[in-house]
Amino acid sequence: MLNTVPEAVVWAIFLLPISSFVIIGLFARPWPRWCGYITIAVVGLSFLLSLWVLDSVIQEDGRDLAFATHQWLTVGSLTVNLGLTVDGLTAIMLMVVTSVSFLVQVYSQGYMHGDPGYSRYYAFMSLFTGSMLGLVLAENLIMLYVFWELVGLCSYLLIGFWFERPAARAAATKAFIVTRLGDLGFLTAIILIWSQTGELDIPRIQEMAMAGAIGDVILTWLAAGVFAGAMGKSAQFPLHVWLPDAMEGPTPVSALIHAATMVAAGVYLVARLFPIFSASDVAMNTVAVVGGITAVVAASMGIVMTDIKRVIAYSTISQLGYMMLGLGVGGLAAGVFHLLNHAFFKALLFLGAGSVNHATNTFDMRKMGGLRRFMPWTFTTFVIAALSLAGIFPLSGFWSKDEILTDAWDERRALAWVGLVVAFMTALYIGRVVFLTFGGDYRGGEAPSTGSGQAPAGDHSSTRFQPHESPPVMVLPMIVLAVAAVLTGFLNVGEGVTHLLEGWLPPEALERTAKTEFNLGVAAMSLGFAVAGLTVAWLIYGARLLSAETLRRMFGPVHRLLVNKYYLDWLYEDILVRRVLVRGVSTGLDLFDRYVVDGVVNATAWATRFSASRLRLVQAGQLQVYGAAIFLGIVLIVAAILIVNP
Amino acid sequence: MASIDRLGPELILLIFAGIIILADLVVPRWRSGLVAASLLGVAGSIVWSVTLVARDMRGGAFDGALVVDDFSLFFSFLFAGIAALVILASIEYVDRFVRHQAEYYALILASTAGMMLLAATTDLIAIFIALELTGVCLYILVAFLKDVRSSEAGLKYLLLGALSTAVTLYGMAFLFGLSGSTNLTDIANVVAQANDDTRAALVMAMVLLAAGLGFKMAVVPFQMWVPDVYEGAPTPITAYLSVGSKAAGFAVVMRIFMEALDARFISGDWANMFAGIAAVSMTVGNLIALTQTNIKRMLGYSSIAQAGNFLVGLAAISAADGELALGASGVLFFLAAYAFTNLGAFIAIIAISNRTGSDEIGDYAGMSRRAPLLALGLTLCLVSLTGIPPTAGFIAKVYIFNAAVQSDLVWLVIVGVLNSVVSVYYYLRVVLQMYLEAPVSEERIAAGPALGLAMAIASAGVLFIGILPFPLLEAAEAAAQVFG
Repeated sequence: MLNTVPEAVVWAIFLLPISSFVIIGLFARPWPRWCGYITIAVVGLSFLLSLWVLDSVIQEDGRDLAFATHQWLTVGSLTVNLGLTVDGLTAIMLMVVTSVSFLVQVYSQGYMHGDPGYSRYYAFMSLFTGSMLGLVLAENLIMLYVFWELVGLCSYLLIGFWFERPAARAAATKAFIVTRLGDLGFLTAIILIWSQTGELDIPRIQEMAMAGAIGDVILTWLAAGVFAGAMGKSAQFPLHVWLPDAMEGPTPVSALIHAATMVAAGVYLVARLFPIFSASDVAMNTVAVVGGITAVVAASMGIVMTDIKRVIAYSTISQLGYMMLGLGVGGLAAGVFHLLNHAFFKALLFLGAGSVNHATNTFDMRKMGGLRRFMPWTFTTFVIAALSLAGIFPLSGFWSKDEILTDAWDERRALAWVGLVVAFMTALYIGRVVFLTFGGDYRGGEAPSTGSGQAPAGDHSSTRFQPHESPPVMVLPMIVLAVAAVLTGFLNVGEGVTHLLEGWLPPEALERTAKTEFNLGVAAMSLGFAVAGLTVAWLIYGARLLSAETLRRMFGPVHRLLVNKYYLDWLYEDILVRRVLVRGVSTGLDLFDRYVVDGVVNATAWATRFSASRLRLVQAGQLQVYGAAIFLGIVLIVAAILIVNP
Repeated sequence: MASIDRLGPELILLIFAGIIILADLVVPRWRSGLVAASLLGVAGSIVWSVTLVARDMRGGAFDGALVVDDFSLFFSFLFAGIAALVILASIEYVDRFVRHQAEYYALILASTAGMMLLAATTDLIAIFIALELTGVCLYILVAFLKDVRSSEAGLKYLLLGALSTAVTLYGMAFLFGLSGSTNLTDIANVVAQANDDTRAALVMAMVLLAAGLGFKMAVVPFQMWVPDVYEGAPTPITAYLSVGSKAAGFAVVMRIFMEALDARFISGDWANMFAGIAAVSMTVGNLIALTQTNIKRMLGYSSIAQAGNFLVGLAAISAADGELALGASGVLFFLAAYAFTNLGAFIAIIAISNRTGSDEIGDYAGMSRRAPLLALGLTLCLVSLTGIPPTAGFIAKVYIFNAAVQSDLVWLVIVGVLNSVVSVYYYLRVVLQMYLEAPVSEERIAAGPALGLAMAIASAGVLFIGILPFPLLEAAEAAAQVFG
């Protein structure tokens, strides 16, 4: 047992990676190898410091460590503070972020080897990790929002890392814009909180909410705004469209985004403001239902995708939906515990996919197959992660999924059934991935691409016909994650994690958490659904007793709907953005500017085109139009004033 | 003598303007001499302002036509700073003029003096003279390139400027007719006793003044000159217009409305009017900016949208008892933050287009590799314009939206935030071009020493205000106390 962690150490946890970003950006860039080492060392140090924090928080039973709040900015009635929140929830999140980030950085040493943007990659990764840590530690909403945006910015930069490729640029922009849509709600909520309570510190706001100082309606709107932000970041339906495209970034980035940073931010935010959510039934129900819908919709799309990373991406969305569902039925501990377990096995799945890509140069599962013989380590670890995701006893995924289902079973029976169906679908799609990728015979992969982009540079000359295992620097992190994917589930057998995660809650909110005992029936059902899913996957893709082709024809329209992602991308991009927004609103205004205003001029230009002087043109019309507009403006304003306030 | 003393900062600028023109006759085309003399003039003006503060010379001058108070001093420093940066940014650019370089610098100094006067004058006649002094200098500067576009811009600016001056004068005439005085304090006394009989005339005066000065502030629907003039004018002058002339417009509007038209009877009306104009300006400016392909035009529309942000502060003038209304100080803070930010952006544009000869956003592709530091600086400024921390623009937006919340203008805040989100798209597009697209050519672009220095100052200002806003906040709040 160590002494209680001093405040300066906690600041260091997120300032270290941020300073690593600065050091790399300003000085270390010309020496790529060192950029990698600096990042790994710094994140490793943050991990050790996080362990210290965890130790201190355990001693405090998960209660807030109560550091001082520092005043930063006073503007009239508004005071912006800088302060840290360190309690059970923070400690768990710190562990998840630093450990996954550390392993991903190590793995990147191999995966990004020789990439021309190596230094830039590590600089962004440092900032990404630091911002996420800052987000988790922030005590007030402004600080949290700053890091929230920084996380979004970093993911934008990293998704678009290989900016030579148009797909990567488009994906980066899409991620940024879609998540900003949600952020808009979050920002509105912050303004609302601030205008209603004059407070921005989360603990103070929670006190007020608990004491009933904020009206029910306001509270609900507030929660809705916050949840909109969480929906964007955590890719909840219908704002989930950015996440599958985000795999255009380097695979380790996907691992980090999907497991520990970015998408975890939304779930964390809802968990952090759980007392506020719990005070409004509408808000809780919304969270649970949106989570449920997301889980089903995303899982269904995962079943038909042929790109291994895309399947895993939809799986992330689906699992995030699961977490939201858990939070929504009051299972604070269950939801966050699932986030923890998910972080490890999902990072592992992505690193495994990256390793497979390293060997075959493709992400298309139709070109893989039979890899278990060539890549035993990747195969073994991937299967462990897959089984954990499917929720097979006794791997980690089983435990937390079971907790969520049990909570839902007691609180909202219908959602528990949704969860069970998703459990079946999850097992089915991940089973399909395993059988297609590692089972059967090798289907040839793809020739190594030249130049930067898709595949990391390096020696691929012999991989055309002979895939090989990845280097130890990539395999080792995967083994560590596999061990975690097996073991982390047992952490909460004695309710230790639950205790830690709920220690900071005010008593009123604690009352509203779901308190359920282990339910053997639910556990058996969830296991049964998972096994059924795996069996179906085996029948179709392993044993090939059922023909995938026949099934596809049988479910023709459904299949088409799923492959086209419910036509949501088309609806957003083509209809809403391109047709309505760009072509409609802004073109309309531009047209007004160009034709109504300049039209007079152009007409005159046509008439006087033989006397080509532009000055004559000016005198001919445009100015009169401008002048008329000024007078029209005056008349309108006077009229408006006299109408409103005669 | 005290009156002359209080006019010192403006007089020094005008004297140096004269010296520069005369010296050019004696020693023609001595480039560095011209620059040194102009910077010396600005420095002298700043020093004089500092001594005014140090000697506590606040007070009226010339029988109440002019006043030195915290408000006018705030703007003296601001305009002097703007002039210094514009001069630094011009050095390379003006090499393309064979002749009349001296006049260029002299006009900048004279117009700066005019802007300072706009913030300091408290008499309608004096205000009008200051308006004309500023305006005439700027008309010439806009047309300075003497090519087709620049001449067209200059002429447009002149004619529309004359029109708006006429409108302003009409508004002043109403005020004079109502009160029989041109002094703002006298007018305030009369307005305080206004009743429903004089209301219509008062509303007319108010709207006409807002419309005439709205031209200078460049707000919708008095903004139509902006894109053409911004595109046609020499780029340093565009930068100057976008921050200096705009700030001067806001200074004089605040002076007239908050001093002469402050009475409860009418202030609610103009607060609402400005709120409406703010919402429209932000929205129209942002939406049209979305489709622009020329960066100067884009920043032109962006400046219209930003003017909408400033107006939020003019709308937010009511506060609970005992609280300081933050609207006025918000405008001042925003103006200063915006000055650094927009000047920084324009300096980067000047440096880049000096080499590429193009203002098309498409030609900024890959600029991060051709000119890493300039691209970084421009990115910082665009981030600040968007209002993302840790930049000056963020604090400014938080501050002014806070003022609006305080005045129960939550709807306006929501419009503002929505607009901020829209603006991300077009500001970001430039950053996207610079960092994600392949460069058009591999030729490196480096800013000269003067431009580099100006860029460094502007960037440092953006970051400094973003991280340690207190000194500027205190200055802005002290200046706004004038209207307390």
